[in-house]
Amino acid sequence: MDSELKMELSRQGIFTTTLEDLYNWGRKSSVWPLTFGLACCAIEMIATTMARYDLARFGAEVFRPSPRQADLMIVAGTVTKKMAPQVVRLYNQMPEPKYVIAMGACAISGGPFKQGYNVLKGIDRYIPVDVHIPGCPPRPEALMDAFITLQKKIDAQSLTGKDRPRYLNADEPSEFIVPEYGAHDLEPPKNTKLWNIIYKATPNGRATGEDEPRKD
Amino acid sequence: MSSSFIDTYQPIAILMIAAIGFAVSPLVMAWLWSKKFSLRKPGPVKNATYECGLESKDDALIRFRPEYYLYAIVFLIFDVEAIFLLPFAVAFTGLTIGASIAMLIFLLLLVEGLVWTWRKGVLTWV
Repeated sequence: MDSELKMELSRQGIFTTTLEDLYNWGRKSSVWPLTFGLACCAIEMIATTMARYDLARFGAEVFRPSPRQADLMIVAGTVTKKMAPQVVRLYNQMPEPKYVIAMGACAISGGPFKQGYNVLKGIDRYIPVDVHIPGCPPRPEALMDAFITLQKKIDAQSLTGKDRPRYLNADEPSEFIVPEYGAHDLEPPKNTKLWNIIYKATPNGRATGEDEPRKD
Repeated sequence: MSSSFIDTYQPIAILMIAAIGFAVSPLVMAWLWSKKFSLRKPGPVKNATYECGLESKDDALIRFRPEYYLYAIVFLIFDVEAIFLLPFAVAFTGLTIGASIAMLIFLLLLVEGLVWTWRKGVLTWV
């Protein structure tokens, strides 16, 4: 529906909506995260769900213990190379549409352990991340901000058309490569196709809120 | 008679139909939605058994040893004994001979179980 017509109608006191808007409103208001914490950021994530910060206000209080029922993966904490295959496997086991929030310096880049040998330098090497939150650890307000950002993203997704999200495209994969333990590093050390997938997913060729792939 | 029956239970029937419709209609709508819009994207990892992110291995049909029943019996002996001995000791002076004999038979049965487990070697820890 034309947005001007919609505005004009609402000025006259008639509320109109589309199936797409209704669907997205339902989806963004009931995002169920996966019960999943990796390090100290998980404590902040737990605090976010508790009474003081109350993530339930945004409809995301139902943390599911199985990926089959989850919509959102909050990668809360340091992803060690030992843990990375399990994280990717859990992501693969989640049904579409699925979203990822990379919470904290470790999850987005390796953080203080970036120069180390055993920590993955950002979970976005293997799975597409929707929202990155910096901080060590980020405060609950930051996680809520990321969540609201994600809600805005969900709200803007279209059901049909060329710029529909990846999960509505039959040619796009739902699973990503699960790395394996190699002699010195994970095999492969990063999913090189991932950035193409994310870039292609947006109409102007640039993913929103994403940086250039890091060269290291 | 029958008309009053219908009059009485008509609201309940209407409420029941509404309740069933309320519960079933989202399921039907979700099913229709998945037929129309959701793409099925099965994969080897997605269809695999959920095992906290780890790959599942071995068979689920393994042998469980049921030897815990021995500990259950020993626990029962001492636990039941303690529960019944305390009131027995408190009321000991006021009991009749019949009651005392009944209690002793009960204790004998429990002690018999204890002797059985002892001879079986259950009380030898590891």
